[in-house]
Amino acid sequence: MTEVEKHSYDVLIIGAGGSGLRAAIAAHEAGLRVAVICKSLFGKAHTVMAEGGVAAAMGNANANDNWQVHFRDTMRGGKFLNNWRMAELHAKESPDRVWELETYGALFDRTKDGRISQRNFGGHEYPRLAHVGDRTGLELIRTMQQKIVSLQQDDAKQNGYPGADEGRLRVFAECTITELLKDADGRIAGAFGYRRESGSFLAFKAPAVVLATGGIGKSFKVTSNSWECTGDGMALALRAGSSLLNMEFVQFHPTGMVWPPSVKGILVTEGVRGDGGVLKNSDGKRFMFDYVPDVFRAQYADNEAEADAWYRDPDHNKRTPDLLPRDEVARAINSEVKAGRGSPHGGVFLDIASRLPREEILRRLPSMTHQFKELADVDITSEPMEVGPTCHYVMGGIEVDADTAAATGVPGLFASGEVAGGMHGSNRLGGNSLSDLLVFGRRSGEGAAAYVKSLGGTYPVITDAQIEECVSDVLTPFEREDGENAYEVHQELQQVMNDLVGIIRKADEVQDAIERLEKLKERVANVAVAGGFDFNPGWHVSLDLRNMMLVCECIAKAALMREESRGGHTRDDFPQMSARWRKVNLVCTLNSSRTGIDVVEQPMPPMRPDLLALFGREELKKYFTDEELADLPEESS
Amino acid sequence: MSYTGRFRVWRGDAEKGDLVDYDVEVNEGEVVLDIIHRLQATQAGDLAVRWNCKAGKCGSCSAEINGRPRLMCMTRMSTFAQDEVVTVTPMRTFPVMKDLVTDVSYNYVKAQQVPAFAPPANLKPGEYRMAQADVERSQEFRKCIECFLCQDVCHVIRDHEDNKTAYAGPRFLMRTAELDMHPLDTLDRKHAAQEEFGLGMCNITKCCTEVCPEHIKITDNALIPLKERVVDRRYDPLVWLGNKILRRDA
Repeated sequence: MTEVEKHSYDVLIIGAGGSGLRAAIAAHEAGLRVAVICKSLFGKAHTVMAEGGVAAAMGNANANDNWQVHFRDTMRGGKFLNNWRMAELHAKESPDRVWELETYGALFDRTKDGRISQRNFGGHEYPRLAHVGDRTGLELIRTMQQKIVSLQQDDAKQNGYPGADEGRLRVFAECTITELLKDADGRIAGAFGYRRESGSFLAFKAPAVVLATGGIGKSFKVTSNSWECTGDGMALALRAGSSLLNMEFVQFHPTGMVWPPSVKGILVTEGVRGDGGVLKNSDGKRFMFDYVPDVFRAQYADNEAEADAWYRDPDHNKRTPDLLPRDEVARAINSEVKAGRGSPHGGVFLDIASRLPREEILRRLPSMTHQFKELADVDITSEPMEVGPTCHYVMGGIEVDADTAAATGVPGLFASGEVAGGMHGSNRLGGNSLSDLLVFGRRSGEGAAAYVKSLGGTYPVITDAQIEECVSDVLTPFEREDGENAYEVHQELQQVMNDLVGIIRKADEVQDAIERLEKLKERVANVAVAGGFDFNPGWHVSLDLRNMMLVCECIAKAALMREESRGGHTRDDFPQMSARWRKVNLVCTLNSSRTGIDVVEQPMPPMRPDLLALFGREELKKYFTDEELADLPEESS
Repeated sequence: MSYTGRFRVWRGDAEKGDLVDYDVEVNEGEVVLDIIHRLQATQAGDLAVRWNCKAGKCGSCSAEINGRPRLMCMTRMSTFAQDEVVTVTPMRTFPVMKDLVTDVSYNYVKAQQVPAFAPPANLKPGEYRMAQADVERSQEFRKCIECFLCQDVCHVIRDHEDNKTAYAGPRFLMRTAELDMHPLDTLDRKHAAQEEFGLGMCNITKCCTEVCPEHIKITDNALIPLKERVVDRRYDPLVWLGNKILRRDA
């Protein structure tokens, strides 16, 4: 048998971004032995890229804020397709999760009275985002990375020696998991993977696995995501027999860099607009006033004077439409560019220079100033930025139980963070991702711990035959003599998704994409790899490609089925939101021959009456069917 | 706008290796990392390189470009003449694993040795109050993206492998300074800075500050103030007297 390094843990966490690390902390605090798998070096996960902040209704900047307001904003942002229980837990628990970070050593920006400062962001009624300049994600990841070390130091101290003890909490850096392993009863038994640096194999025996692998952005050509975001967790879950929810909802962040070509897609934080920046077209017009949809007219200004007054006096003015939810802004930019009013490099202008003094821009947006100066030779304190939509986030993901983060259909499997679906409905609000990571990262760690304890010490087993099968599977790309170049196939996949299943979709184009994906599938199965096992990126891409194929098929097939436009899914041939479709989740599973994806409609559970009562009948009318409205209790009218 | 750029990239592993010449297409606005990626996709599929964000935020793609420690994603090709040979080599202070990838585990070992933030016992979560002016000093150091270029350039370990045990390097001395300046941290870190992390070996040549892609003033704002704090503590006559009288360890 091939040499395989074997480990045994109580909880295996796959992914070392915000949710994975928070899950690890929770599972360790529950007294279990925990391993964390990290695709990159420890501390480099994509969470580091989050800029604007973490949303939590602490009420530091505006005392009117509370969890109910945050819940309402989240449901509105997601166009009422959210898993309302997740949105409720998220709104209620975010403040505690943020305050907890301070006890780990996080240093957020402060208010005048010394509390955590909070900034405005798209779709949030009050200033709600705790932040550290425009590098909040870095603060989050570093804080939790250092908390992990702190727990290792506590363990060492407990065992009577200095330094750190990795016995109960260990991070496996630069490792990739390629398959989840189950026992004969269909329960999670462990996972198989390889070390990226040496290509050597790893097998983990663990009764509970938390998937925290993040997103899918690398399936699209223009994206703010790093190479790691290849939908690994979603593909692992599908192959293990779990299901994905609402994969058609992909968030295109309205403001990515558009020039130079090599940085196209890199994120420009929404904080620029939160701090006063405005979008303009080539005529110098603030075009967002032309794009306020009916459902948001009550909250957004229709003229510049009121929009500008809102920054100073938010209680007596409506907010600027530059801060509409991301899906609205992305579509507006797309329309302006199509109408020939774009910037020289195919975006629109984002102007902060004429809105704030230079010193203030440098203080609030240091990382943006740096990014534009170094990468595009643009001084954002004196000239406008050029920006356009970029694939940023997938709202869909693994179907989970809101309270425990348990994945559907596979005992022992849990998921949190971007890889999990439901929380954000059809569109995520900025700032709700970092809070999602904290709230559900913790819940997934605790959920996994509770499950493991329920087993009473008898863990499912994995067999040598299972491991052998995994080994031969990952070696196949080396065995082909003249196969496809993995990089080329990847580029074609990205082009297909970008062109045919992108920000604006049409039935015939999506159908075309599905046919092209079928052909690409054959090419992915024929990828050949040169070189050896040591740190071989070509081999790594060839394995990641299989995951991206599965995820892309989910996105395309669900996008074809959902005949309406809502949040991160815009159908040119069905431009309206449909009350019937709001009641439907689309659920993807691996088909019985394990060669492709099946998608079925699944009814959305009705919202609990006390949560429903937080909305007025007038607002619900915009989203609900007549039958649903007829059933509403009187007090919501 | 495109031209054929001349590159020399170090290829090899822990045992052996050499500079290999490549001619690669270069387009307007590109950075060195774009060229390395094009090499991977077209000429050298197994060329090993670390990278993640490609926007100077994660600190993964550290290397030495024409001998200077830099992030490949933040080094624009327009800073070189078109006929200039661009040489890309792995960070020298750390052992090579393969091509441009080095074994940076030294840094993670040091990170585990720095005692974690020690929160005040009397404050519950949500009760922390700190002034912006007081958190700003530590916030500057928390901008660190852990690219380890400061560690790479620091001559204390760059040319002296045997110093690695006794010396934590600028990154982790700065981490110690960060915690020491944290308004609510309850540990005294000066003794450890000097005795365990080798602060005394730093002779403030400012090389670390020069290569920091985040422009953190490592030497002026972290290392020198930390040295001053250590000296204050060690040579403060009142502390000395107090220690004598109360027979505490200095």
